[in-house]
Amino acid sequence: MAGSLLAALVSLDGPGHYFHWHWIDISYANLTVIALMVVAFVAALFAPFPGRRSKKETK
Amino acid sequence: MSSTEIDRQWTTRLRHRVARRLPPEKMLPDTQPAYVASWIYVFGVTTLSALAVVILSGFILALKGPQWWHTSGIGHFVNSLHLWSVEIFFFAMVIHLWGKFFMAAWRGGRSLTWVTGVVTFLTSIATAFTGYVSQTNFDSQWISTQAKDGINSTGAGSFFNVLNFGQMLMWHIVLLPLAAVILTAVHVLMVRAKGVVPPFEEKVEAR
Ligand code: HEM
Repeated sequence: MAGSLLAALVSLDGPGHYFHWHWIDISYANLTVIALMVVAFVAALFAPFPGRRSKKETK
Repeated sequence: MSSTEIDRQWTTRLRHRVARRLPPEKMLPDTQPAYVASWIYVFGVTTLSALAVVILSGFILALKGPQWWHTSGIGHFVNSLHLWSVEIFFFAMVIHLWGKFFMAAWRGGRSLTWVTGVVTFLTSIATAFTGYVSQTNFDSQWISTQAKDGINSTGAGSFFNVLNFGQMLMWHIVLLPLAAVILTAVHVLMVRAKGVVPPFEEKVEAR
């Protein structure tokens, strides 16, 4: 069910799609994963951690 | 027998060494320094948890065999569980290593923690690669025939033949996972022995 929903969103039935820029050649799938890793990294630095007292309170 | 004689035994020396470097309260601590309360510290444990799922789903695949994972519904499910836990494993590991890089977490005698991390990373790539060529489908056939020339040109092909299915499968299910798990265990024990690296000194601003 979830699988067919996802399949409707991104068609995997056919050759992959590639981003090509000079010597850089990478599939959009891999590029998306790299972008998501950067997003998760930045979110991990700035998202508030539950249970952590803010700096003002500790001062 | 005098006590000095007992002290010379390797079992005694090893026990003392382990007890000194990794006492139980360091091995399984109750609390962590305040700066550890950040999402960036979650990625090491996420990597570890994903690795546990990878190994467990791999065990089930090994129990049942390729006919099962290629043809039955549950087989497909466990196969997918194995693949997607690997995706999460690498995803979390890369964010973990970015985090440790920008913290310069190798400071204060922690260089071997970093180095075991690097070696685990490389071992994991090799494990994933041998997994891709062990799928027994057109994908694995394509990957191995694409990889063979590159690998053979390095000379490694004389003992690591990507077209030898049996060899690739053994590397994937015995040698490389064993190495990855042992390296991971050493890595985490080293973190416990040294404790989490303190943050950089804050610059005191003139007021
Ligand atoms: C199988 C892969 C890995 C697992 C399961 C793993 C697990 C962990 C865990 C649980 C911690 C302690 C908690 C934390 O700080 O996040 C840690 C710390 C650390 N990891 Fe990893 N790690 C892996 C790969 C790597 C890689 C690829 C690197 C870098 C190349 C790395 C470098 C470090 C360093 C330097 C620390 C020490 C941090 C400190 O002392 O504060 N690890 N790792």
